[in-house]
Amino acid sequence: MDHLDTLEARSLHILREAFHKLDKLGMLWSFGKDSQVVLWLVRKAFFGHVPFPVIHIDTSFEPPEMLAFRDRIAAEWRLDLIVGRNEAALVGGMNHTIGRITCCTALKTQALNQTVTAGGFTGIIAGIRRDEEGTRAKERVFSPRAADGHYDSKHQPPEFWDQYMTDFPPGTHVRVHPLLHWTELDVWRYIKREEIPVVDLYFARNGRRYRSLGCAPCTGTVASEASTIDEIIAELIATRVPERAGRKQDQEAEDAFERLRAEGHM
Amino acid sequence: MAPLDGVFETAGADPLRIVTVGHVDHGKSTLIGRLIADLGALPEGKIEAVAEMCARRGMPFEWAFVTDALKAERDQGITIDVSHIWLSSARTGLDGRKIAGRDYVLLDAPGHREFLRNMVTGAAASDAGLIVVDARDGVQDQSKRHGFLLSLLGIRQVAVAVSKMDLVGHDQARFDVVAAEFTSYLATVGIEPRAVIPVSARDGDNLVTRSTAMGWYTGPTVIEALDGFGGLNPSADLPLRLPVQDVYKFDDRRIIAGRIEAGGLRVGDTLLFSPSNKTARIASIEAWGPQARRDHAAAGESIGITLDPQIFVERGDLASHDTAPPMLTSVIHARVFWLGAKPLAVGNRYRLKLATAEVPVEVQAIERVIDTSDLGACPIDAVPTDAVADLVLRARGLVALDAYATCPPTGRFVLLDGYEPVGGGIVDMAGYPDQRPLDSRKSTNLTAVAARTTRVMRTARNGHAGGVLWFTGLSGAGKSTLAVAVEQRLFQRGYQVYLLDGDNVRRGLNTNLGFSPDDRAENIRRVGEVAALFAEAGLLVLSAFISPYRSDRERARAASHSLIGEADERLFHEVFVKADLALCEQRDPKGLYKRARAGEIPDFTGVSAPYEAPEAADLTIDTGHLTVEEAVEQVLHYVALHFPMVGGP
Repeated sequence: MDHLDTLEARSLHILREAFHKLDKLGMLWSFGKDSQVVLWLVRKAFFGHVPFPVIHIDTSFEPPEMLAFRDRIAAEWRLDLIVGRNEAALVGGMNHTIGRITCCTALKTQALNQTVTAGGFTGIIAGIRRDEEGTRAKERVFSPRAADGHYDSKHQPPEFWDQYMTDFPPGTHVRVHPLLHWTELDVWRYIKREEIPVVDLYFARNGRRYRSLGCAPCTGTVASEASTIDEIIAELIATRVPERAGRKQDQEAEDAFERLRAEGHM
Repeated sequence: MAPLDGVFETAGADPLRIVTVGHVDHGKSTLIGRLIADLGALPEGKIEAVAEMCARRGMPFEWAFVTDALKAERDQGITIDVSHIWLSSARTGLDGRKIAGRDYVLLDAPGHREFLRNMVTGAAASDAGLIVVDARDGVQDQSKRHGFLLSLLGIRQVAVAVSKMDLVGHDQARFDVVAAEFTSYLATVGIEPRAVIPVSARDGDNLVTRSTAMGWYTGPTVIEALDGFGGLNPSADLPLRLPVQDVYKFDDRRIIAGRIEAGGLRVGDTLLFSPSNKTARIASIEAWGPQARRDHAAAGESIGITLDPQIFVERGDLASHDTAPPMLTSVIHARVFWLGAKPLAVGNRYRLKLATAEVPVEVQAIERVIDTSDLGACPIDAVPTDAVADLVLRARGLVALDAYATCPPTGRFVLLDGYEPVGGGIVDMAGYPDQRPLDSRKSTNLTAVAARTTRVMRTARNGHAGGVLWFTGLSGAGKSTLAVAVEQRLFQRGYQVYLLDGDNVRRGLNTNLGFSPDDRAENIRRVGEVAALFAEAGLLVLSAFISPYRSDRERARAASHSLIGEADERLFHEVFVKADLALCEQRDPKGLYKRARAGEIPDFTGVSAPYEAPEAADLTIDTGHLTVEEAVEQVLHYVALHFPMVGGP
């Protein structure tokens, strides 16, 4: 087994634990590179099937290329797609000029919490990774959330020997993180090996590319000449620019992202 | 690039996971932050961000803020939860030569006692450890506790960093004192550190760059010590262990899914599923994706298989080859680290998760509570939070497991109290028998022949019903003395009575058995079956064996009742011949205790193997407080009540 095999085997184990243990499971799917890898791993874990709904939290600000990609993959892979939107906030004209954190909270966190409640989900699979960001570096594979989605970073359960906390009091739910132990580089190497389709926005055009995808107004590009997967891998080995450098909401305050996550953000 | 001496070139290999542990405030996070920076691995803008956070708090630059990502951690200056940091030790040496290094995940664990559960979470996920000890404070409680826990979790590759050397004037004498004290403590828990390194993280001394202020130190730097650690021990050489995680029927295939925890398998292999004891052949290995179908798989892989025939298996079953099966037991002896907020006490019930099996267990005994700082024994009525203890747990059914030393993945478990994980355990079954061979039926094509001579007829002929009086107790408790006298008195009263004891059973029937735990269990199984046959023949059977294991006695009871088949009648009567160990040892009629204490007899009950006293004996005879005659009278009275002579001679 090489390193990618080890990562994959562990992810399959996590996904199968979640599927067995959680009554109502759903998977967050943003059609970015990480959630494409998670979806691929789901199909491996369940022998070609995706036995639960995939959830897109639609802020209405995603680049149009992403929505086209979503519709193509959802049809080809026969996905049970749920689109969750905070309609009240959208009708009220919510956007990033009101405040990036306010906007993220309304259109992502609240939309997610509403979708979880409406669908009665007890488990939500999310493709976050520990190497992305400091608070995610401290995450558990099975991370319990209060009924309102709240994440208490100071009181996480012990988790060892791949024995996860899989039972929860009624009214709470759990976030399941099958990609937590992967790095950005691992993700790209795996995409290459498995030939997983990804949206074109990751590949450089005119000297710039997206390293991390999100809403159009708050996601910037990085300078890059990497127009193939091999070139992206070579770039990542050399770079010291952090992955979320283009994500403007992280830079609002010292603990902006931590506060977003405490409210239930991914 | 060619591998350098002591350094592994690891393209495509798994990163080595290193946990940093030690007492609170001894400088673990600072060391890690500085190490990352010195290896050139800090992301762009991180130094500036940390500098700004420090300026906002009016404090000097703090390396720990690199990994202390929670605001509460920075505000309080402590690490709360374990962080994972990816790092490569590839670097340029002093002579300008490129050093290949290798990939690491550093797990920065909290040192504060309140967050021990997070420290354990990090340590259990690691392959090696770096223990940080403050040169000024010296060895403290959590230094020792963490060292002990690393050892308990099976981590043997350890380096020690004696930190903050700049605050003791880089003094070699102070370093030697701290190093000697901690090394001798670690030796008592079975850890021999690969290196003890004086460091000053603030100045980067002896992390990646050799210290000029401590020229007296000639050992490895921290990064050299980490690079010197060996790779991982794959569990592929162990016997096959495949816990069934789930069974899928998404299409026309019935796929058994699971991760191979040890060993390997091939299409065509016969698998034995425990505890159900069923077997089936592997028909295929199933997979989805671009990789071609395979005919074999090994430890670490998450796989799916189909079986022929398609026997019923379910989550929690443990598959092995039938030549090297796991142990089956209802009694689990283990060393447990207890993280629960409420103390663990005898009689408490928890849920035990071992691989994919989940069973309710009850704490039967607390043998020892270990003070992890001085390794002394504490009072054993309860196990407090964060303590380590040796326990005996009892499950209702049989659990398939291995000793941790034999096969770690199936030799460890987690305890849950309600929803909460509250502890972890390392299985040690020394002195306990495997209960599998006793339960497996080799002859299955049996049909009962209806008897024409019935039990009622025999009872009428003998004047009393048949049955078993099963005497159990420690060696020297007085079982034989009592049973011999009772046999004689009952015979005089006209009973058809026979005494089974070691002398007549081991001479013939059990001549092929020794005194290992497994052989002793088989000995008792045979005695139980013979007693049941004699009882069916109408005799009143007395048996006098130590029979230390509750499960063995339960099986003997079941043997009597299955042959005779009338559940309402109580044919098997357990007589607990009670005397405490000290008294038995003082009596020592055969001189066995003396020999056992001298180490001449292994697995001696009460000395080096357990005695499980009956929970609800039918009759208890306390030979510590009764004369032999009084004891005999009590048994005779009991027999008269339960096996009365009807129209006797």
